[in-house]
Amino acid sequence: MAFTTQNLTRAREIVARYPVAKSAILPLLHLAQDQDGWVSPDAMEEIGRILDLTPAQVLGVCSFYSMFKREPVGQLVVSVCTNVSCLVNGGPELLRALEDRHLDDDDVSVEEVECIAACDLAPVMQVNYDYHGPVDVEAATTIIDEYKSRVRTPRTISGTRVDAGAAR
Amino acid sequence: MPETRIVTKRLRDHPEDSWTIDRYLATGGYGALRKALGMSPEAIQDEQVKASGLRGRGGAGFGTGQKWSFLPKDVYPRYLAVNADEGEPSTFKDHMLVERDPHQLIEGVVISAFAVECHQAFVYVRGEFALGYERLRRAIDEAYERGFLGRDILGSGFDLDVILHRGAGCYIAGDETGLLSSLEGERAMPRIKPPFPAVQGLFAKPTVVNNVETLSTVPAIIERGGDWYAGLGVGRSTGTRIFSVSGHVERPANYEVELGTTFRELIEGLAGGVPGGRSMKFFIPGGASSPWLMPEHLDEPTDMDHVQNDLKSMLGSGAIMVFDETTDPLLVAWRLAKFFAHESCGKCTPCREGSGWIEKILYRMSHGLGRPDDLDLMLDFGDNIVPGLNAPFAQTTICALGPSIMSHVVSLDRYFRDEIAERMGADTRTRIPVAAPGGGSR
Repeated sequence: MAFTTQNLTRAREIVARYPVAKSAILPLLHLAQDQDGWVSPDAMEEIGRILDLTPAQVLGVCSFYSMFKREPVGQLVVSVCTNVSCLVNGGPELLRALEDRHLDDDDVSVEEVECIAACDLAPVMQVNYDYHGPVDVEAATTIIDEYKSRVRTPRTISGTRVDAGAAR
Repeated sequence: MPETRIVTKRLRDHPEDSWTIDRYLATGGYGALRKALGMSPEAIQDEQVKASGLRGRGGAGFGTGQKWSFLPKDVYPRYLAVNADEGEPSTFKDHMLVERDPHQLIEGVVISAFAVECHQAFVYVRGEFALGYERLRRAIDEAYERGFLGRDILGSGFDLDVILHRGAGCYIAGDETGLLSSLEGERAMPRIKPPFPAVQGLFAKPTVVNNVETLSTVPAIIERGGDWYAGLGVGRSTGTRIFSVSGHVERPANYEVELGTTFRELIEGLAGGVPGGRSMKFFIPGGASSPWLMPEHLDEPTDMDHVQNDLKSMLGSGAIMVFDETTDPLLVAWRLAKFFAHESCGKCTPCREGSGWIEKILYRMSHGLGRPDDLDLMLDFGDNIVPGLNAPFAQTTICALGPSIMSHVVSLDRYFRDEIAERMGADTRTRIPVAAPGGGSR
């Protein structure tokens, strides 16, 4: 799926901000991910056309950055930190419990991440890039369920606030 | 000893709305910009920023005024790139500054751009900082509306555009030249220096790359004077720094103190020390790239040169990680090695291969499968990443990521050799068979 007409206009605005068009590749990948929930091969081809790059060049950049999902994921991405400050405060145990709980859950994708710069909140997790910490398994599952039932409003899986429209 | 709050004053005094333009203006915000626009760029560079002794707060600690002065004369355009891609494990100060005082950063950016005569600045903000990005986006829009950005700023004739750029999850984009590669739409691979960014940086134009905390300090320096700032701190480590203290401490948080404050005052005084009456085993003084220190170093001052030259470590990004007596140093070393192996960009062979080897060896050592000579094995080939294995590190790689992984191996050797020898020697669980030289099975 390619960009919608509205997002194509937005993409052109983003490209115009930079002295060299290629600089817009990360913002355009975020835009595609906001729109589709992942970065599809079609989206990478389209970004290549906009920036005058081959699809392989776009893939080469895209695959270097861990926030871009090149396969469909759940609507909620739960990122659990296990780097050292979280390591000694229960991060790995939290990760394991959440992975087990959402193993067959199509809506929630749990991933282990590197330090997300909130070690005062260890063990810390993000749900679509909103921070929650310190959380034990019980608090974490409550929060995730609140997002699932939309008691809490999640960002997109690229971390854009939904009411703010797509990435700018 | 209390904190000395300069950069963190507003966000601590007004936690409810420190990021809003109204609060910023009500607490004297953009006053330093007015003052700076009445000065000459040379005066800001020399009499203020250079005189203040301000050194980069991202990790390398290079003199900010000096960095600016490397821009070649009369070559335009030039760019200012703001490094808000904070990713050094256990560092969380820039995250706080962009979320909770974005206007202070923008004011610092405008003053610095004016001082280096640049008209386009790029703020590279870490992709995971969703709220930080949102607050910065809003703050930049407000700054344009109020005439602090854009054409003819405050009637001075100076123009500046700020482009906010979101990263997408990549530690090495926080390296000075990795950031430039990423901003140009490439994989964030660091570049060999020279040419230095000041000569050939973003889009091959002269470029200054500065850290968020560094630039957030500039308004205070302009407001109160470079000499005032130089009067704070100790030796060549002037001013204050925000230390991110975490791990096994009672009150993990960011603390802004004058440089020279001892580790004990930070860890035991401000952060409340190790909880539960346990004692400290070791601490890491300057982010995940710095060699470790021991309880016997607690009374040492946070003086960048002293820590580097005499303690053979570094203050780096100002992240202090504390580990209590129950901590397995091998497990900490392995987790940090895993981080570096994951984040190695793959450009230089010693780092790409070495980081993976060290991660694997530390994994088996920390999971009951270690061999007696594993530590020496790592030191042996680690010498190909950091020749001489002696701090301050020499390196065979383009950037400092490769050497960073050796910080932990060297620290294990310095402080835990006996403990490790005992554990590896006494370990009777499954041994992975080692092939004899020249032959046989693996």
